[in-house]
Amino acid sequence: MSSEFYRERIIDHYRNPRNYGSIEDAQIKVQESNPLCGDDVELYIKLDKDGKIEDIKFKGRGCAISTASASLMTELLKGKKVDELLSFTKRELLEALGVETLGLNPVRMKCALLPYKALKVGLYNHLGKEMTEEEERLLDYEGEAKEGY
Amino acid sequence: MCADQLDPEVIKQDFPIFKRRIYGKSLIYLDNAATTQKPRQVIETISEFYQNYNANVHRGVYKLGVEATEAFENARAKVANFVNAKDSEIIFTKNATEALNLIAYSWGLRNLKKGDRILLTEMEHHSNIVPWQIIAEYTGAMLDYVPINEEGLLIEEEIDRLLNLRPKIVSVTHASNVLGTINNVKEIVEKAHKVGAIVVVDAAQSVPHMPVNVKELDCDFLAFSGHKALGPLGVGVLYGKRDLLREMNPFLGGGDMISRVWLGGAEWNELPWKFEAGTSSVADVIGLGAAIDYLNSIGMDKVRAHEVKLTDYALKRLSEVPDIKIYGPRDLSKRGAVISFNLSGIHPHDLASILDEEGIAIRAGHHCAQPLMNRLGVAATARASFYIYNSESDIDALVEALYKARRIFKL
Repeated sequence: MSSEFYRERIIDHYRNPRNYGSIEDAQIKVQESNPLCGDDVELYIKLDKDGKIEDIKFKGRGCAISTASASLMTELLKGKKVDELLSFTKRELLEALGVETLGLNPVRMKCALLPYKALKVGLYNHLGKEMTEEEERLLDYEGEAKEGY
Repeated sequence: MCADQLDPEVIKQDFPIFKRRIYGKSLIYLDNAATTQKPRQVIETISEFYQNYNANVHRGVYKLGVEATEAFENARAKVANFVNAKDSEIIFTKNATEALNLIAYSWGLRNLKKGDRILLTEMEHHSNIVPWQIIAEYTGAMLDYVPINEEGLLIEEEIDRLLNLRPKIVSVTHASNVLGTINNVKEIVEKAHKVGAIVVVDAAQSVPHMPVNVKELDCDFLAFSGHKALGPLGVGVLYGKRDLLREMNPFLGGGDMISRVWLGGAEWNELPWKFEAGTSSVADVIGLGAAIDYLNSIGMDKVRAHEVKLTDYALKRLSEVPDIKIYGPRDLSKRGAVISFNLSGIHPHDLASILDEEGIAIRAGHHCAQPLMNRLGVAATARASFYIYNSESDIDALVEALYKARRIFKL
């Protein structure tokens, strides 16, 4: 493990977060926080008339893991369509973060997934969709663990 | 080492957990403000209960039941003696939080009404804020908070000003779980009594670390938890003055807390059992008794002296680290062995993860004190807290790991 944990990329995204800031006229604006540590993330998504992401930004206060996760997620999602956002999985984000080599414990997984949670909550609100219990469960690390990640 | 000081290396031998390796390294446990490790003597006492005399208390006429009851009440006597209270003034709860809730509900609901004031401080743990917020909503009472100064001490003029608003009840922490600040509770009690307020002391961070005498403090209630004082998880303690406890209604209803029940009502049991509804965590209460024996065998004066020495050393060593911000008072007589800090450019969570890889356990987060975090202008802090098995070498390892974190973050 050791310093592999904070691999270059995480530190890079933490110190120079991409797409940091807010979007005044975003259709999706959402704030999520981690009650355990008080960290929070705000996510802004502006869609064009075809329902494609025109711009995506985030801000908030968080650790290297949650900040890098948010930063990477905005990069991954730019240009995607709403239905692609719906099918965007935790696995895709966690793989981009390199979670497997990082060896994150469950507590830190919650940090990594905070931006993902914000995305899904914001998306469902935007679409006026109710989250099923199963979908809510899957937002958490525990859900992921059961999926065998 | 001279005999009037405790030797952490000798004490460590009594704690089986220190045989554990964490990622191949020795465990350096610096999260004692959250919970302490348990000595063999406590673990064996609990195991002995389940193996030899497991039975419910206050009921069985058979031998096991009698032995369990004796051991249970004997533990109560040890706790009472430890803080200089009478046995009947010691109530076992599941934790300090429940003890504080007990007062808020049993005393607060009965005695507070619309417009009454409850006085707390900015440095309280959520467990000494939220129950009062709930009771304030039920009763229409108002909450005031004594602010802290830049050093992390309560502002005395503000205590006086807010006491002049004549609160009915003052609930204050003896020692802050974030800043380490030790409040002059004795003086607050004296002043509060003059304006007719009763005083609750949250002693979760003081009773395990220094001599605490309820008669000397003259507080009306005092709450602490056993697991922060070498005892098992699952037992908290509430001390209350007899007259107040007598006037109060029970917090929870059920078995063991009544003397008589008929279909139309019930009569409460005597103190302290009136407040102990249902089956207690008997083995853990007896385990707490063993923890108190252990602390008494060292002596609380020595525990405090050791922690003062360690805190002094830690403050000096930590101050050497570049870009560190240390919270709380520097005057050792006004602080306990809890040190919160932040390294600029590194989130406390990341710091805790890097330290974890070195086998060092510290806490990172808001420490259940979000109002205080807001006051300090941070989302979270890192926190190291010490106890009797910690030594200067643990602090050296901590400081070294902080430098490592800085290297990883290219600072």
